Amino acid sequence: MLTKRIIPCLDVRDGRVTKGVKFKNNIDLGDPVEMAVAYSEGGADELVFYDITASAERRPTDIGMVAAVAESIRIPFAVGGGVSDVGDMERVILAGAEKVSVNSLAVRNPQIIADGAREFGAQCVVLGMDPVKSDNPKCPSGYEITTRGFREFTGMDAVEWAKRAVDLGAGEIVVNSVDADGTRAGFELTITKLIAEAVPVPVVASGGAGQPSHLADAFNLAHADAAIVAGMIHTGDWTIAQIKEELAAAGIPVRKVW
Amino acid sequence: MTVIVDYRAGNLTSVKLAFAALGEPVEVTNDPAKVRAASRVVFPGVGAARSAMENLRDLGLVDTVKEAATDGRPFLGICLGMQILFAHSEEDGGVDTLGVLPGQVRRFPSVPGCKVPEIGWNQVNATNWESRHLGGAEYYFVHSYYAELGPWTFGKTEYAGIEFTSMVKQGRMWACQFHPEKSGRVGLELLKGWLAC
Repeated sequence: MLTKRIIPCLDVRDGRVTKGVKFKNNIDLGDPVEMAVAYSEGGADELVFYDITASAERRPTDIGMVAAVAESIRIPFAVGGGVSDVGDMERVILAGAEKVSVNSLAVRNPQIIADGAREFGAQCVVLGMDPVKSDNPKCPSGYEITTRGFREFTGMDAVEWAKRAVDLGAGEIVVNSVDADGTRAGFELTITKLIAEAVPVPVVASGGAGQPSHLADAFNLAHADAAIVAGMIHTGDWTIAQIKEELAAAGIPVRKVW
Repeated sequence: MTVIVDYRAGNLTSVKLAFAALGEPVEVTNDPAKVRAASRVVFPGVGAARSAMENLRDLGLVDTVKEAATDGRPFLGICLGMQILFAHSEEDGGVDTLGVLPGQVRRFPSVPGCKVPEIGWNQVNATNWESRHLGGAEYYFVHSYYAELGPWTFGKTEYAGIEFTSMVKQGRMWACQFHPEKSGRVGLELLKGWLAC
């Protein structure tokens, strides 16, 4: 049976993994390669790295870091941040990342999804999205896509955008909720479920994981295929093995930690 | 020399890095002469069956790869590199593939709750394998098409209500639907086993 993936998220700023709440108050957590190895050996099914300052500083993704991670771990990982065209995507993929995540860029230029999927395959192109609850009449799902770290509202309906992105070639969608991000109070299940039921590709729940039951809810109630964890493991409150043990006890298929 | 066949079917970085992690020198090549001269042949692949076959024909690699898969040298097909060893694929409206194995490659049906492609870690079950790691360990899969079960099946896996061939092992000709190069420790052990065969 296909197992549900647990994906640690590492936000990288100036070559160091950091963690903030709602993109603020960042604290230093460690070296990206060392953390990647530790999580990989601890049973992570995949990793995601966001080069969180790349786009703001108008510089490309830190390829040296991507290559160092690729040399050090033997599980898939995705990279986001600092990608502005297909050439950038190619550099990230050739450095050894399995997937490239695009978010604000895809809103500005949806064609990047189609170009990336044609060039590297849909499985390489992940659409990250930051939906927030909205009463904008242009957003019948009740969720509006924001960009640039939740600073800009786009007037785009979250579910419509997800469907369009998949039509263009996105192979996976990460639904990241600003309302839940960093709160450790549980995923935003409503929009995760709406999107998981609307698209034929895997959906990853992101933002808000604080305890194993939150992941169980994302899988059982919102039908997510994978879930991103950050603070709950970065602080040492939980290990991936403990999370998997709890999920297995709740009847959710997870990969054994060998 | 171990060669990795490069026929423009996806990114080879992970495969190269996995062999590097095992200390095995490899050469990436699209030169038929080098593939013929190789002591071990790795045949990876990601993407669509039709363009993969076109690329193999353009590069003059069709007979070379068939030969490598059948002449007793250690051969390892991965993902699309396993699928196109079969006779025919449903992909792109139907494509005749290399025919080293007689079976068919089909698309996963649309089943509620089962996304296509299958992306993630799934169990591989093989009954007559000396290692604990094919007694139900999970390996990393990314695919929309699968090879049917048959006498060639060594490891099998279930998805979308279908049991399919996730590994073939005929002497020193091995092929897997999953990605051993991205399957953590168990994947590396499998590659190590292949390097020792």
